[in-house]
Amino acid sequence: MIGVIEIVVAALILLGAAFVLIGSWGLVRLPSTMERLHGPTKATTLGLGSLLLASMLYFQSVRGVWTAHELLIAFFLFITAPISANMIAKVHLHRLRTGAITEQESLAGPPPRPGGEGDWATFEAPKQNTQASTANT
Amino acid sequence: MIAIALQIAAGCVALALLFNGWRLFKGPAIGDRIVALDTMVINAIALIVLIGMVAGSDTYFEAALLLAMVGFVSTIAYCKFILRGDIVE
Repeated sequence: MIGVIEIVVAALILLGAAFVLIGSWGLVRLPSTMERLHGPTKATTLGLGSLLLASMLYFQSVRGVWTAHELLIAFFLFITAPISANMIAKVHLHRLRTGAITEQESLAGPPPRPGGEGDWATFEAPKQNTQASTANT
Repeated sequence: MIAIALQIAAGCVALALLFNGWRLFKGPAIGDRIVALDTMVINAIALIVLIGMVAGSDTYFEAALLLAMVGFVSTIAYCKFILRGDIVE
């Protein structure tokens, strides 16, 4: 029984390390900023989740108690990774709009336009005439 | 077997940190640097988790959790600063 847990833990550690490495390799390898956003935010976070799962199983097999620390970290990271990715994409869009940077050559071509009419929501002025709006003050 | 896996994983994470450092210095856009810093924090958390397993101590998880929170807040603060020129408006 210990042998099975050991194999599972070792496999999870190696899987997690591989995902972390692939995510960072994507950061080096991919040609444009919007594409470079993919590697770290998806692969690296998933790899860290695998490492945390391995750690949880390992401490369960060593100590015989379940700990929730790892789940807490994994939960927190899985919530925050998309938010930081969204913020970084916004920074990229705004820098493009002000002309501080230009879109680089990329594998997938330039990012598509938003559907319908109008531009990205992050370029819009704050909404007026709503209760919480600070645009009127 | 776990000890060997831990050594290989620590090597992979260290290599990943080097890649991130390269992107941090190379840039070219500021977005790339923010992504590199954010990924460096995540890789540092991975390294702390691995060290915690090597040492067999659960004190390291508090450090990992704190680093996760501080890393998130610093990424958001950096983005906010670039977007608005201010952090707390």
